[in-house]
Order: sequence, then C-alpha cells, then structure tokens
Amino acid sequence: MFDGRPEGRVRGRAARVTRFIERHPAWALIVLIAIALLLWLIFTVWPVGLEDAIGKKKVFLNAIFNGITLGGLYFLVASGFTLIFGLMRNVNLAHGSLYLFGGYVGYGVSAETGSWILSFVIAFVAVALVGVVLQIVVFRRMEGQDLRQTMVTIGLSIVFADLMLWAFGGDFYQIQTPNWLIGPIELPFVTAVKSSGDAVYLQYPLVRLVIFAASVVIGAVMWLALNRTRVGMIVRAGVDDRDILAATGVRIQIVFVLVFALGAGLAGIAGVVGGTFQSISPGEDTRFLLASLVVVIVGGMGSIPGAALGALIIGLAEQLGSVYIPTYAIVVTFLIMVLVLALRPQGLLARR
Amino acid sequence: MSLTERAPLHARPSAVAAAAQRPTITAWLEFDNPAAWIVAVILLIMPLIANGFFLIEIFGTTLILGIIALSLMFLAGYGGMVSLMQLSVAGFAGYMYAVFGTSGSANISLGWPWWLATPMALALATMFGTLGGALAVRTEGIYTIMITLAIGAAFFYFTNQNWAIFNGHTGINTIATPHFWGIDWRADIPFYYVTLAVAAICYFAVLYLSRAPFGLALQGVRDNPRRMAALGFNVNAHRVAAYACAALIAALAGILQVWNYRQISPGSVAVERAIDILIIAVVGGITRPVGPFVGAFIFVMLRTFALDFLVRLGLDGNRFRLLIGIGFLVIVFWSSDGLVGLWERWRRSGAAGTGSDGDRRHG
Repeated sequence: MFDGRPEGRVRGRAARVTRFIERHPAWALIVLIAIALLLWLIFTVWPVGLEDAIGKKKVFLNAIFNGITLGGLYFLVASGFTLIFGLMRNVNLAHGSLYLFGGYVGYGVSAETGSWILSFVIAFVAVALVGVVLQIVVFRRMEGQDLRQTMVTIGLSIVFADLMLWAFGGDFYQIQTPNWLIGPIELPFVTAVKSSGDAVYLQYPLVRLVIFAASVVIGAVMWLALNRTRVGMIVRAGVDDRDILAATGVRIQIVFVLVFALGAGLAGIAGVVGGTFQSISPGEDTRFLLASLVVVIVGGMGSIPGAALGALIIGLAEQLGSVYIPTYAIVVTFLIMVLVLALRPQGLLARR
Repeated sequence: MSLTERAPLHARPSAVAAAAQRPTITAWLEFDNPAAWIVAVILLIMPLIANGFFLIEIFGTTLILGIIALSLMFLAGYGGMVSLMQLSVAGFAGYMYAVFGTSGSANISLGWPWWLATPMALALATMFGTLGGALAVRTEGIYTIMITLAIGAAFFYFTNQNWAIFNGHTGINTIATPHFWGIDWRADIPFYYVTLAVAAICYFAVLYLSRAPFGLALQGVRDNPRRMAALGFNVNAHRVAAYACAALIAALAGILQVWNYRQISPGSVAVERAIDILIIAVVGGITRPVGPFVGAFIFVMLRTFALDFLVRLGLDGNRFRLLIGIGFLVIVFWSSDGLVGLWERWRRSGAAGTGSDGDRRHG
C-alpha cells in the first residue's frame, strides 16, 4: 500500500492482479472458485439436501454477517496496531489495553451523558492522549530498539490491566445501544421459502451494520488520508525510510506522535464498538491483542489494506468456525495464520 | 569449528564481553567459585532447613518456573529469539501427560503407566515446540515475539474450547503421579529432589550447549545471520534445532508442574502466565543460564508474600501484578541483562575491574 507513483497506481494495481493470475494460475483459480461458491451460497435459496447436510441457511447467513461485522471491529483495532508498527517499528503489545481503556471510557461517558456518539469522540481523544504520552515519555527514549520497546509495551500492558482491574473491577460492562439503532432490519437476502411461496428475508441487528459501515468509512478515509494528502505522503515516506525522511527536514517526531495518537485513538473507538457489540471486561484486552496480531500477521505488517483483508478473513473464520466446528474454531483461525506464514511469511498484502 | 576468533567482528557488546571472559573460564563447570558451591550445598540440604510449604511452594515452584524460563533464556540469550510460547510447550507436555496417563477424567485419559506417558508427553511437546519454532523462523526479529505470542494465545483458547482432548475450562484433575521403588515421588522431599535434579541437568545442559560448537554457531547466527549463512551454516536449521532443545527443556518442566499440582487447566497456560515467564527471564537476566532461576525465585517470593507485604504497608494487597509490572518496567529501563547483570556490574565496580567472574544461583 505504501508504494509511490500516485498516477500509475490504479493501473499498477490491475497489473499486479494480472501478474498474480499469470504467476499463480492455480491459486487464482482456487480463490475465484471459493468466491463464486460463497456468493452462490449467499444468494440462492438452498436446496433441501444442502440444508440437511450443513444446517439452515439462516444460521449460515448470520455467521457470514457476524463474521463480516466482527471483521470491521478487528480492522479498527488492527489498523491502529499496523499503522504504529509500519511507521515506528514498534510492536505495541499494549494495544489491547488501549482497546479496553477506550471501552471503559466509552462506557463511562455513555452512562453519564446518555450519548452514544459522544462516547466515541471522548474515547478517541482520551486514548489518543494516552498514546501521545506513551510516545513522548517512553518510546522516544528507545527509538530503534525493537525488542526493548516491545518488552516495555508488555510491562505497560500488565500495569494497565491491573490499574483498570483496580478502577473498574472484574464486572462486565455493556454500552447502551442508542434507541434509533435498536432492533433488527430486514435485508434482501432470502433465507428460506415458505410453503406458501413467500420468501423469508434475513433479519439482522441494525447497529452492527451501522458500525460496520462506519469502520469501512474510517478505513476509506484513512486510505485516502495516507495516499492523497501531504501528511499521508510524509507518513508513507517514513514507513519506507525514516532516516532519509528526517534528513529532508521533516520534523519526524511530530509525525510519530500524531501517528501514535491516531493508532491509539482507533483502538479507543474500537473499544466503544466492542463494548456495544459484546461487552467490556478484564481479559478482553488479551483477546483483541491476539486478534490484531493474527490479523496483521495474515494481512501483512504495516499495510492498511492488509489489515482490512486480514480482519475480514479472521472475522469470517472465527464466526463460521464457531458455528460449524465449535470445539475447534480457534484452530481454523490458527491454521490460516500457519498457512500464510508457510506460503507468504511477510503477509498477504505486504510488499516485502 | 570454533567461532570465537571470528565472532567479535560484528558481535554485540554482550558477546564481546563473553568472548573476552572466555579465556578465564577454562572449564564450563565453575569449580573455583565458592558462591556457587555454597548455593549448591544449600539447595541439596534444603529439606533439612525448609518445611513442606517452603520446600515445594517456594523452592520447588522456583525451580520449575526457572526451568521454563531457562528454555526461553536459551532461545533469547543465545539464539536472539524471544519466544513467548515456552509456557505453552510446558503446558502441552502437562496436558499430554494427563491425557496419556491416569486421571480423574476417565473418558479422556488413556491410563498408560507413568514411564510410558512421560516420554510420550515429552516427545509430543518437543514436536509441538519444534513445529512452532519452524513456523516462527519463517520471519525474523521482532516478528518472532508476535508469532509465538499468537501460538501461545491460540493454544490457550483452544484448551478452553476443546472438550474432547483438553476437557474445556475445567481441565483435567486428580492426575496420577509416579509411585515406584516403594517411594511416592510426589511426596514433598522426593519431589523436591527430582525437581532439583532436573533443574540441575537442564542448567548444565544449557551451559554445556552454549560452549559446544552448536551453541557457538547459534550465537553466531544471533549476531550476524547473513555472515553465518555465507560461512556455510544453515541458519534456519540452527534456529529450529534451538527451538527443539528449548522445547524439550520446557516440556520437562511441564511434566514436573503437572506432577506438582496434579491437575492442569487452561488457566495454567493463560497468556498472562506465558508473559510471566518472559518477565522471570528478563528480570533475572537473559544473558546467563543462572538468570532465570534468580528471576523465578524473586517472582515466586513476590507472588507468595506481596499480599502480606502490601497490606502491611497499608496498601491494597491485590495489586501484586501492578508491582510485578512496574518491577519489570524498571528492569527493562535500567538493565538490559537483568538482575544478574546488575549484580555483576556492581561486583566488577567493587572489585575495580579485576575481572573475577561471579556466578550466583538463587538464595
């Protein structure tokens, strides 16, 4: 994603797809067939034999939608993680803690003011501020020392987890969904056909769809900001070569602080989303840290489109896995990671 | 194929220091060090000094955690690979022992005698660690920590949701322990000696390996993989072999742990526990095999007594992890080679650079 030459990018991308098909015809075919099969499964009314074999279509569609919307949430968490790594080579293992902190802040704000939107704004600002402090006070001192930074983030995650346990206890918190988002809506996907011939359409919670749309918008804005603005250009240049960028006179420390703030803030937003989708409790930090690790390993470190693709794959795998092979669901996720590491260790969409 | 003459060209300071010290250490057993002898004797007569609680809960646990951390130290110190899955390997060994041996969950355990179940568990866990390592060496440097953390976390969630083999979140209870020659090997004193013997074997094995050709080549790979590849060493094979050694060490500790608690559950392989192992190794010192044991001792003491201590200071006794986290941060900030490094620097400045090489086990 961080390649130069803006004018030729679209053409370059198409060319890259063509080249991929030329180089790996078998893989391209498999991917194509998988996508076609998935689309067929989603859009047709299932024949009786299929329903007997793998269950109702409603369950399947629900798993698909849950997977995609969960992927949206994973994308929010992992994009911040991958952004921070891409620019600063800092594997921030306290990212899960930032997510959890965002969730608690969002819960506090929405319980206090009753405003769901406001909780997003305040969670973003609060967690971004934590990120700024971390970058200025801690990570600036140990620039270039990958391992030491990572160790520090581990220490911080322990300290944060305990401080949050202290402050909020071990309870589950759920952020109140606003009234205008409560309840399901009907989607134009046929789940079954009644004996009378009427089609039954899929009912799906509106809030998850709205949040998914929002995460797509956030992703798109981020992509545009990185690829079409001056600041984005500086960030991309920094990903490619920090030292040369600094030598051209860019005040790189400010860029670092901004990117860390953005990455942390995204984790904060994700915390509010997670608190609305599911719930906020101790231990969620580890879960989402693992999710972002796997997502960026699969998608490719430092790549935003990679994070999006990885989040989608992992979200789908997790949900489909937990529906169809409940006691081995995590293995599916893990096998995807193993497969990617074995075939393309740098991640699906990473350049190197 | 001694690499000691060539290594310093691109070596890190620690390796240079180690290379500089090497001529003074003629034997890898440090017979001339009185402190090491004293610690060894104290450890041997420990059952005379300590009662059951101290013997098992403090010293036995210290040794077991120390062995797991030692496997991490071997990988990180000599191979430059910080692996967070060593506890998962140990836990896997424990689980396999429970599955193949006898336990309260009769529908899962196969009921093999201990002398069959133990080697089986060791072999499977070593395989698990080696495969994980083979996966982790696909990438380099900082990615290792991420991939091994992902493996460890995936294993934790898997044990939690799988009922067929791992019995879900209840885990496997009342696991049978070895009982032969008329001795119950889980009784406090025999178990302490078994643990001590395993710890000593692992410690000296790591010490030996670090100076054997394989260990030297591994340190070369750590310092400059490209140069080693150019010299004809198979870099990835060395790394995977290091993972295999470390996995065996961790698996031994895992078996001891399951003998000690007689039960195993996902809680024993949780991500926080895996990170504890890293903390133990780093706090003790990741450059020398003695470090993990020092770290484990401090960790166990803190875990056992921090509650009383904090309450006595008028603080909340539940803030043990906060204490651990802050202590870890302090060590990472101020001493890259942990307490052992601090101790050595302090001794060296005290002895005004006479270069006496102190070695300390815990105590």
